Order: sequence, then structure tokens, then C-alpha cells
Amino acid sequence: MFVLVEMVDTVRIPPWSFHRQLNDAIAEELNKKLANKVVYNVGLCICLYDITKLEDSYIFPGDGASHTKVHFRYVVFHPFLDEILVGKIKGCSAEGVHVSLGFFDDIIIPPESLQQPTKFDEAEQVWMWEYETDEGAHDLYMDQGEEIRFRVVDEVFIDTSPSGPSAKKEGPSAAATAPPAGAEDSAQQKEAPYTLIGSVSEPGLGLLSWWNS
Amino acid sequence: MEVRDANAAMLSNYEVYQLLTDLKEKRKEMVKNKHSTGQQNLNTIMYETLKYLSKTPCAHQNPDTVKKFLTSMLPHKLTKAEKLQLLNHRPQTAVEIQLMVEESEERLTEEQIDELIQKVTDVLPGDPQKEADASADPEMETDQ
Repeated sequence: MFVLVEMVDTVRIPPWSFHRQLNDAIAEELNKKLANKVVYNVGLCICLYDITKLEDSYIFPGDGASHTKVHFRYVVFHPFLDEILVGKIKGCSAEGVHVSLGFFDDIIIPPESLQQPTKFDEAEQVWMWEYETDEGAHDLYMDQGEEIRFRVVDEVFIDTSPSGPSAKKEGPSAAATAPPAGAEDSAQQKEAPYTLIGSVSEPGLGLLSWWNS
Repeated sequence: MEVRDANAAMLSNYEVYQLLTDLKEKRKEMVKNKHSTGQQNLNTIMYETLKYLSKTPCAHQNPDTVKKFLTSMLPHKLTKAEKLQLLNHRPQTAVEIQLMVEESEERLTEEQIDELIQKVTDVLPGDPQKEADASADPEMETDQ
């Protein structure tokens, strides 16, 4: 589920933090910059693992702060392909079942990857598996809040950096867990920078309650 | 910012859980003025991730059990990804093992699958509460 990513960055320490230990100040700056943010094609950054190398700190003319090149490793949420994960159902829509892991919300299981045959109940807005046994058909509902085991089949990274003054004003999409604060563009939907596509079409996958004897 | 290696190492849930718990302890000690506005993202992700991981089997593991588990898995010739999934999920049924181990029908016989389940249950600690409930209720005991 989690991987270690080696990165290099230049960290700016303002003069009022000079009294602090350099390592601590740098760790705080890196966490401030990366924690709970998605890095394109890398994953959702969780927290700093360690600092492997600190190069010399420089002070440039015009800016009193010190700039240090830091080599570090960061813990990133990036499940590998075909990995099995357990999450909670956030809700169902016509697009499929939305699953959340608490710290990561943008997981979708499209209708074709649900256990077949599955039907969408419009009245209750819920997907249900029509499970046939010798005794008859059971309708197994995929209710909100239920724990679900699924396989990661695909991941989609979208570059949400601001597109420039000519396009409509878009705020850089950052946190994957915190809800979009304040103004919401009714015309535009905030696209998730990192989405996981899941599948439950194999025996053993789906709601945990279906497979616990 | 430059990414040198996007996949330097795989981490087990236990390692991340340990790291976050230690970080939480350290931050509690530095209470003074560290609750500055910039740290909100870190607080959020730490809280949510710890909440998620504390409900998984990794919350009951320690470095010895992980080492013992990996040693006991040696004869089965599983890939790193498969061993990692077994460690993170602690499967109790054959169906779960078949999901996590690729081509399990060809690589493992039924006996080997049962052996795997037995090893996983023995070496990796489960949820002490759930197991106390299970042994207290005689109807739930399965015959081996």
C-alpha cells in the first residue's frame, strides 16, 4: 500500500527559524509542503521518512532566508497493480461504487467490475448483487458504511496545476482528503488528482460480510 | 522538486503505523507552538491514516513477529508483493489466499494453502478482543 520515494528539493528556512535545529526545521518544511498532497505520477504523500543528505545552505542576495538542497525519503500511498485493499463504501451512483480508505477517498469501482449480475436500484441509489443459489435469488445490497475488499486494477493521475490566465481560474487541487474549502465552482467540478479504479468481480472480493462464514 | 526514485522500497502497514505513532509522540512533546497553521495537512493525514491502520492486523504486530513471519514464508517461494499482502491482511480463509497469491491453483496444493493459513494465524497476532470473543463462544469454534 505504501512505498518509499526518494526525492530532492531545495528547502527555504526563514531567518526567524534559524535558532532551531536544521534537521527539525527542514523536516517541518517538507511536511508542510508535501503531507496530504498528491504528487503527479507518484501518489499521495503521507509523511517524511528520513533525510538522507543535506547539502550546504546558501543565503542569496535580497532574501535573508537560507536555502538548502535536501535529499530525503517520503512515505507515499501508492498501491501496486492488482493489490487487494479493504475500504468502506462511501456511496453508490450510476458511475459505480465509491469506496474510501479514510485518508484516501477517490476510489471507484465501475459497474462492469462488480460481481455479475449486479443491478442499480434507482429508488435507494444502491448497487445490489443478484446472487443465485439453488434455493433462489438473494439480493445482496452494497450499503454505505460497509467494509469492502477490492482489487486495484488501474490508477489515473490528472495534472491539476493551474492552467494560466487565459483559462478559467482554477485553484491548484491539493489535499485528497480535506473537503474543498469555501468557494465551489458550480460550473466546474474539482477533478481528483489521483483516482484508483477497483474491481470486485472475483470470488472473495466484495463486502466482507458476503464471505465470512 | 525532483523525484529520484518513485519506488525505492515497499513499506508494510506495520512500518508506516510505527512511524506515524512515533511521530505523533514526538509532536505531542513539542506542544508549545507547533500547532501552527501550516501543519494542518500533516495532522489530518496522520490522524486518518492511523485511524485506518489501527483497524488492520498491523496494529498488533511487532518487529519480531514480522521477522518470524518472513522466515516461515521462505519455503513457500512467494514473491515480495504476495508476502507483503499476507502480512498486511492476515488472511484466514483459502479464498483470501487465492486472491493474494497469483496462480495459487498451480503453485500451491490444498494442503499447502491450509498450511499457509495455519502459519499466518499462528505467527501473526490477531485482534485479541475478537479472539477472546471467538473462544468464549463454543459454537464458533471450527473443527480442524
